[in-house]
Amino acid sequence: MKIGVTSRGDNLDSEVDPRFGRCKYFMVVDPDTLEFEAIENFSLEATSGAGVQSGQLVATKGVEIVLTGNIGPNAFQVLQAAGIKVVTGVAGKVKEAIEKYKRGEFEPTESSNVNSKFGMSGKEE
Amino acid sequence: MIISVASGKGGTGKTTIAVSLALSILEEEVQFLDCDVEEPNASIFLKPRIKEVVPVSIPVPRIDQEKCDFCGKCAEVCAYHALAVLPQEVLVFPHLCHGCGGCNLLCPRGAITEVGREIGTMEIGRSNGMDFIQGRLNVGEAMPTPLIRAVREEAKKRRNPAAVTVIDASPGTSCPVVEAVKGSDFCILVTEPTPFGLNDLALAVEVLRKLGIPLGVVINRSGMGNDKVDFYCQENHIPILLRIPFDREIAVLYSQGIPIVQRKKEYMEKFRGMMNRIQESLLI
Repeated sequence: MKIGVTSRGDNLDSEVDPRFGRCKYFMVVDPDTLEFEAIENFSLEATSGAGVQSGQLVATKGVEIVLTGNIGPNAFQVLQAAGIKVVTGVAGKVKEAIEKYKRGEFEPTESSNVNSKFGMSGKEE
Repeated sequence: MIISVASGKGGTGKTTIAVSLALSILEEEVQFLDCDVEEPNASIFLKPRIKEVVPVSIPVPRIDQEKCDFCGKCAEVCAYHALAVLPQEVLVFPHLCHGCGGCNLLCPRGAITEVGREIGTMEIGRSNGMDFIQGRLNVGEAMPTPLIRAVREEAKKRRNPAAVTVIDASPGTSCPVVEAVKGSDFCILVTEPTPFGLNDLALAVEVLRKLGIPLGVVINRSGMGNDKVDFYCQENHIPILLRIPFDREIAVLYSQGIPIVQRKKEYMEKFRGMMNRIQESLLI
């Protein structure tokens, strides 16, 4: 199985990006081997629909669960339709998030936790 | 002749100017369009009798999941990411769709049909002998531009070519303003003599120059702030058409929904003078 993690950088020591639709990178990680693929998120610059586009991208990567800080309603709907579970409130380094996931510390959420356009408000960089 | 009234900064007095201008030239045939569809307020001053309310829709895609083979072309072409193509399902996000029809055009399987989604209404009537049309965007709707386009098209259909059309635009300098002022013969930019007024005025001037629309400035609440708007206009060869003082009486009239020219008759002449100046400037 594979896990998707929103990330500020392109390696396992990067911080988890608190935004889903407008994260810098999607890390697609095999939790057992820690092999990963870092996918740059070009939706970051989209004026609208970043969550929809990011959700579609993640859905094509065959991940079963997504670990992120916050997720809006459109992105959540896409992931839900694709049968992908979502964990929100995740922070720290990507590899720490993976370890916590393996220890069973995360509970998938039943709904989005922020409104549309949330990721546009904060200048994270 | 089509005269639009825009500003850049909000709250500078676009509606005040548009309404009084229209009322000062009633010897002509006048058509008044309130294109500030997110907050149409000219009707407060003009008190039109509305005769028709016409719903306005934009076309959004509906996917026939039987015909669709999930090739993803529709999502790829959609600049607003209103479609998500998953391995076994296509999701449509109607609120993100701008109604361009690109997905329908490009779908190789003919799996997309377009259905109307109402975004607002056009309210058509008469006021003080003028034709009056206003757009009213539904609450919660994010896309005013197609509604403004509909108002402009309706106005064009009804318009006597000899008439003067006065358009009250929305604040800002983005798509809704472009749609409202597009094709006008002249644009009046209403500003106030403050750093905020000047900053947004300069942005609006840039937009209008790009659109090739002749323009002039009205300084509202003149006497407050500083004289940097004057310097800016001088430097950029922009005529100052009218100054309206920062005056309590004018503010009180505004708060009561009374157009300046109806109560302060000297303004009738001032607005007529402005209209003459605009017409003369267009003849040169």
